[in-house]
Amino acid sequence: MLKIKNYVKAESLEQAYELNQKRSNRILGGMLWMKMSNAQIQTAIDLSGLGLNEIEETDESFRIGCMVTLRQLELHEGLNTWFDHMMQNSVKDIVGVQFRNLATVGGSIFGRFGFSDVLTAFLALDTEVELFHAGILPLREFVTMPRDNDILVRLIVKKTPGAYAYLCHRNVRTDFPVLAAGFACTKEGVRITVGARPKKAMLLTVSEDMAAKIREGVCSEEEIARIAASLAKEVPMESNLRAGKEYRSHLAEVLICRGLGILQERGPKE
Amino acid sequence: MKISLMLNGTKIEREIAPDLLLIDFVREEGCYSVKRGCETSGCGLCTVFLDEKPVLSCSVLAARADGHAVTTLEGLQKEAEEFGAFIADQGAEQCGFCNPGMIMNAIALFRENPDPTEEEMKEYLAGNLCRCSGYEGQLRGMKAFLEYKKQGGAV
Repeated sequence: MLKIKNYVKAESLEQAYELNQKRSNRILGGMLWMKMSNAQIQTAIDLSGLGLNEIEETDESFRIGCMVTLRQLELHEGLNTWFDHMMQNSVKDIVGVQFRNLATVGGSIFGRFGFSDVLTAFLALDTEVELFHAGILPLREFVTMPRDNDILVRLIVKKTPGAYAYLCHRNVRTDFPVLAAGFACTKEGVRITVGARPKKAMLLTVSEDMAAKIREGVCSEEEIARIAASLAKEVPMESNLRAGKEYRSHLAEVLICRGLGILQERGPKE
Repeated sequence: MKISLMLNGTKIEREIAPDLLLIDFVREEGCYSVKRGCETSGCGLCTVFLDEKPVLSCSVLAARADGHAVTTLEGLQKEAEEFGAFIADQGAEQCGFCNPGMIMNAIALFRENPDPTEEEMKEYLAGNLCRCSGYEGQLRGMKAFLEYKKQGGAV
């Protein structure tokens, strides 16, 4: 059972950062995962009073505060329009609306959970992470870093024109995914992320010539199937209660094949 | 620590432990419609509104409700009774344990989307589990209620 001795509603990020340097103190996100633990927390640090619960849209990017809920991501018109409903599709099967009204973007990303649909989706986009102490760095770099006592302040998602998609497979709706995959086709190339393998999401890239063919919509079904088969082999899978690694490998091939088909169908956006 | 909040329209101030969960807080205040079910944030039995949004009271600290409005089924008497009658008409509740959470979340849906499709109802209520029924009775009850509302509230 989670035990908390003191509770501080932070008045500034500086104060929250200072408090968070003590190992027995902890930042609260939506606290849905933390609540399941037996942690003994000296001081719980609440960031909900710092105005970090907004999605700010600028000409170049979306700036998503760490306390933004998954439900806000799901309903945000700008994000859905820009990224072909990718964020909405990535969160819509996460338990229920009541859960998504609590779970936060910061908690999902900072935890770098293997099962995370949210991490899988953002990693496929051109996303940066703003940390209070370490500054701004690409999400792909952040996912490989060990956990420390920094604070994830916000995500910055670049508005890169392109086609986007999100696919996942669940044994039961509202359960963790058996496998999840995010897709982005932009001028820079085709990015694919595979998560819930069951380890945390990893990034794959398609060769430049094939990416160009997908962008132009001239890749044959056989070529897409070949790319999918080859990329699926690159993804290390493991078994757990939900599925075996062989099944996950097969599923990866299927999802990548479908995802590339969707990207090709949607075509490039200027 | 001291918190001050609106509970079902009444302002209250209480001294609480920092790790008190909202479900325990509202039950201590006599709101027994809020039930403890799965304890893993998955069943929806403990649904309350926090500033009009449905949340799982088993998964949020009472401290987080400081300065906010919390509403339980007890605070929605008329609205809940009106809709609950349609659930009862279908015999949908069976054991009835899931009913308060289901009614809270259905009301949240109707407020957000007054004319939902069947798929939208299923999506919105995906976080409310019922182990007696196959959800068909609840769905029929919701559809009948929406039809009643469309007809201007006349049976």
